Amino acid sequence: MNLAIRDIRFHRGRFILTSIGLGLLLGVVMSMGGIYRGLFADALAVLHCTKADLWVVQKDTNGPFAESSRIPEDIKYRIKSVPGVAEASPLSFQTIQIERAGNPFRFFLIGYDLGGIGGPPAILAGRNIRQKHYEMVVAKAMKMALGEKIRLGLHEYTVVGITGKVVSSSGDPAAYVSLADAQEIQFKKDNDAIRNNRERVAADLDRLENLTQSQAQFLKKNVSDLTESTHTVNTVVARLAPGAGLHEVQQRIERWNHYRAISEEGQTKILTKGMIEKARMQLGLFRVILLVISAVIISLIIYTSTLDKIRVIATLKLIGSQNRVIVGMILQQSLLMGVIAYAVGYALISLTYEKFPRRIVLEAFDLQVLFAIVVVICTVSSFVGIRKALKVEPAEALGG
Amino acid sequence: MYAIEVDNVTKIYGKGDTAVTAISHASFQVRPGELVAILGPSGSGKTTLLTAIGLINEPTHGRIIVDGVTVADGGWVPGLDLKRMRREKLGFIFQAHNLIPFLTALENVMVALEINNFPSGEAKGRAEQLLKSLNLGQRLGSYPMALSGGEAQRVAIARALANKPRVILADEPTAALDTENGKNVMALLKSLAVENHSAILVVTHDHRMVEGFDRIFEVRDGSIIRETCGAG
Repeated sequence: MNLAIRDIRFHRGRFILTSIGLGLLLGVVMSMGGIYRGLFADALAVLHCTKADLWVVQKDTNGPFAESSRIPEDIKYRIKSVPGVAEASPLSFQTIQIERAGNPFRFFLIGYDLGGIGGPPAILAGRNIRQKHYEMVVAKAMKMALGEKIRLGLHEYTVVGITGKVVSSSGDPAAYVSLADAQEIQFKKDNDAIRNNRERVAADLDRLENLTQSQAQFLKKNVSDLTESTHTVNTVVARLAPGAGLHEVQQRIERWNHYRAISEEGQTKILTKGMIEKARMQLGLFRVILLVISAVIISLIIYTSTLDKIRVIATLKLIGSQNRVIVGMILQQSLLMGVIAYAVGYALISLTYEKFPRRIVLEAFDLQVLFAIVVVICTVSSFVGIRKALKVEPAEALGG
Repeated sequence: MYAIEVDNVTKIYGKGDTAVTAISHASFQVRPGELVAILGPSGSGKTTLLTAIGLINEPTHGRIIVDGVTVADGGWVPGLDLKRMRREKLGFIFQAHNLIPFLTALENVMVALEINNFPSGEAKGRAEQLLKSLNLGQRLGSYPMALSGGEAQRVAIARALANKPRVILADEPTAALDTENGKNVMALLKSLAVENHSAILVVTHDHRMVEGFDRIFEVRDGSIIRETCGAG
């Protein structure tokens, strides 16, 4: 006869409610693990979609995600010409927050060369961008419909396609436009600023008495072209030809002394170790605290449940019950509570994880480790009750 | 051979100036099939005597023999497995029946058998038989809280008898019952003592119940002051 099961059967209401309460706590622990994995997945989403071997960025920076990086667009031609490079494409990234239907609307805008690397990974609805201007593909999470228009900078853009779950490292859904559009949105000054700038340059040049009129005109045009140019990108990504040595290509690009070539592995390290390390530690600490709270709760429940059974335990001892019967009863109850709570937590998180605003990634390994931890916690927590039970004297069964 | 032999047993709690003598030089014997009472007021030492015979409370001096086995001789006999002795030789009946609240009447009896390593099926059959013999056939699946005081005490008696012990120790078994139920329980104990050839030692302060006993030992301040033969 299993006394633990019999006790649970008799007090099933209390046991189920306690297990559900504990299950909610374990569900939070699981979600913490899922958020942690989600942070990784989000941080690496653009990196993985791009499938580039090298990320060429501004010298001495960890760009384009962890730090700001600005390089001229035409560097792509020089990178394409490096032996071992099969493809190279410029990319532009920027976070945009606008007002939509009276609410803040935030997304991560990626500008790419049509037909080059770094475009939308898959089109779920509609089509890819075909025109060089005013078309955009948005991630499903942006909840925009095909044909919907959105104003960015000086122009309106039409949604022509929906792509899957691509997000920035901070979890904002991604939208794609052509590189030219992205550059215009990011770098194009408004007309008043351009006019003011031209006036200032002209006034400065007019003060130089030894310039001829044609020299001044030439300089005005060139200075304006330079200051108004939008041909800047955040990175140029490259894919290597089969058999090409990553390290050699990297060294060759960096020898130019103006750029840094970061491998995919290096970029992964920057994103995971640098950008989300604190969030990871924060979540890790929070998980530990929640597990400690779970352990304390289980210990208290088992202890009070043992206190409730002091007379039962004394009676069992008096009629000659072996200690293993009593220890087994307490341990099994503790483990059952842990297993049921784990199942409740798992069911809860499985049903809700897709509704979280940020990505939750539930990995089998994490869940298995958590299960093992719960089993250990329940075993250790039951020791408090077992210790109390073993101290109970059979004589306590006597008397009224 | 006696089922219980108590020879010059003394129990002293504490030491020096704070020492309290709970039992003083108690000696008596109980034969198999005999129903014996230890009668005395609260604090007279009767429960201490019962717990010493029940292998719960170690006597300070004296000798106790249960079913031919010397269990105490100036303290517990070294190497004696007290739990096993309790399991195999003794049955306990309590004042408040002490049934396990989360087990049905049937399971409460079965648990005593399973602790003695009876296979579950055999334990169930035997427990059912015992409860039916005590007119509890309709209450097998009832939890203790659904039983009347008399029914609960009969289940407790069935549990005590389940393992066919040579000695049954009862601590105020009628204290929580009304007179009628109390008398029924006493009659039941008397018949069981005869049928099972078990020695039944009952601790009580209830003078209403003394009629059915074969012998009565009166205890005052830890000493047996009188032995009388009952109407049983």
